[in-house]
Amino acid sequence: MTVKQLSVFAQNKPGRLSALTGLLAQKGVNIRAISVADTKDFGILRLIVSDTDSALSVLKDNAVVTVTNVLAVIAEDKPGGMAKMMQTLYESNISVEYMYSAFLNPSESNACLILRVDNNEDAVEALTAAGYKLLSQEDMAKI
Amino acid sequence: MAKYWNEDIETMDYESMKALQSERLVRQVRHVYDHVPYYRKLMDEKGVSPDDIKGVDDLYKLPFLSKADLRDNYPDGLLAVPKSECVRIHATSGTTGKRAIAFYTAKDIDIWDNCVARAITAAGGTKEDVVHIAYGYGLFTGGLGLHGGSHKVGCLTLPVSSGNTERQIQFMQDLKSTILCCTPSYAAYIGETIADMGLSPDDLTLKAGIFGAEPWTEEMRQSIERSLGIKAYDIYGLTETSGPGVAFECECQNGMHINEDNFIAEIIDPDTGEVLPEGSKGELVFTSITKEAFPLLRYRTRDICILTRGKCACGRTLVKMTKPMGRSDDMLIIKGVNVFPSQIETVLLRDFGATPNYQIIVDRVGTTDTFEIKVELSDDMFGDTIKTIEALEKKLSADIQQILGIRAKISLVEPKSIPRSEGKAVRVIDKRKLV
Ligand SMILES: [Zn+2]
Repeated sequence: MTVKQLSVFAQNKPGRLSALTGLLAQKGVNIRAISVADTKDFGILRLIVSDTDSALSVLKDNAVVTVTNVLAVIAEDKPGGMAKMMQTLYESNISVEYMYSAFLNPSESNACLILRVDNNEDAVEALTAAGYKLLSQEDMAKI
Repeated sequence: MAKYWNEDIETMDYESMKALQSERLVRQVRHVYDHVPYYRKLMDEKGVSPDDIKGVDDLYKLPFLSKADLRDNYPDGLLAVPKSECVRIHATSGTTGKRAIAFYTAKDIDIWDNCVARAITAAGGTKEDVVHIAYGYGLFTGGLGLHGGSHKVGCLTLPVSSGNTERQIQFMQDLKSTILCCTPSYAAYIGETIADMGLSPDDLTLKAGIFGAEPWTEEMRQSIERSLGIKAYDIYGLTETSGPGVAFECECQNGMHINEDNFIAEIIDPDTGEVLPEGSKGELVFTSITKEAFPLLRYRTRDICILTRGKCACGRTLVKMTKPMGRSDDMLIIKGVNVFPSQIETVLLRDFGATPNYQIIVDRVGTTDTFEIKVELSDDMFGDTIKTIEALEKKLSADIQQILGIRAKISLVEPKSIPRSEGKAVRVIDKRKLV
């Protein structure tokens, strides 16, 4: 079970993030998770949204965009929760390219993490076997 | 199958060719001096009289003509025969300023057709062939130029012109076209369309293609050859000297033979005008020695290339020119190295699979030139990680350094962020000239 992430190439210049997120606002698209990775010259804006198709259609005309399948995992929001999940992945030989947290809180004691790994299938299997709950695209829109 | 169209000329020894050229040149200089007041004035100003030109070795004494001279003499200031002797005109595409108009007598057309017939024969064409002409017809020389040559050889000629690609492909199937003539970019597009229609090269009977009128790379040749299942031949020409067929490629595909019984080629230093020895890279200059109506002497093409003599494996002795490597007015000197935007395009085409929009920015910090290439990123070249982008920048940088010998800073930028003027991208910004 994976969710679709939009990655947008953005040059480092004032107003760029505001313009891109503004486009989504106009379309009524809700941002469920966001992160920015940046270098000296450019950045990559990564997004998970309530409506991937409309976000993609508006971004396509204005930026370079790709769609990647990533994992949205519910983690326990307590000391050691993160370490336990990383341990699970490490033991299954899965490497994490990057990760960030989503805005949504399924419950008081839980957090939602977005994971980009080198092998989605194996990661889903390992995490599910270890008792983790993964969110679907619909969950991301609803919660 | 005949290998040559005019075997005696195409395989003539150098001394005989030089004698033939000399005789024609002497006659041509007299004709131009007597009938083109503008060129007579240029010769007088330079202190050269027709009597000073006794053969090819005296060619360097003559003044040059450039595109600006053609513009200044628009429409018929350089015409050397009465208009009543002319049977046709063609014109350059002239994206900037006025077009240049070239006039032709019946004999001029016949000689031109003959030059194209040599090109078609070199591409394996005989009267048994069905020549599919998808060049545009009209003022542009491509369509009617190949058309005339195809007639001359006696091929069944399909004057399809450009556009309506699916209909073109239908014709190719129904009439069993064997030789396709068009621009290389259109040939590539036909190739893609064939694949989109679910057809393969085996569904067509094409064996060869003769492509010209725009720059194309070796990578593009290979991709066209694959997609159409043909051997692709280059053809060179310019409206000012007649049209396609000034030079043509043989089966060796490593340079184009110049029809030097009609056009004397020279390579000059674009800055000084000095004639350079064989094998040097410089600007190509043509002297038309058989044209009656529009005989340009020492016309500067602005194309940069190299001439090589010596018998080709195909048996022809006609001098060979390399594919133009760029335009003399496009050339940049960065850190002492000659750089042509076309070289950069070659790298981008190879690494991106298509030519993205790009811009070269040259500046000077202190006494050192800086060299940056901005390239617009496209969706299919973009991954979701920083490292994929950095890897692409690194690869482009290494490939540019390999081809130019100097390092460029590569900056990948967002689409549409490089300014365009009148729909065309501004390829070069040389800030060194602004100070
Ligand atoms: Zn040859």
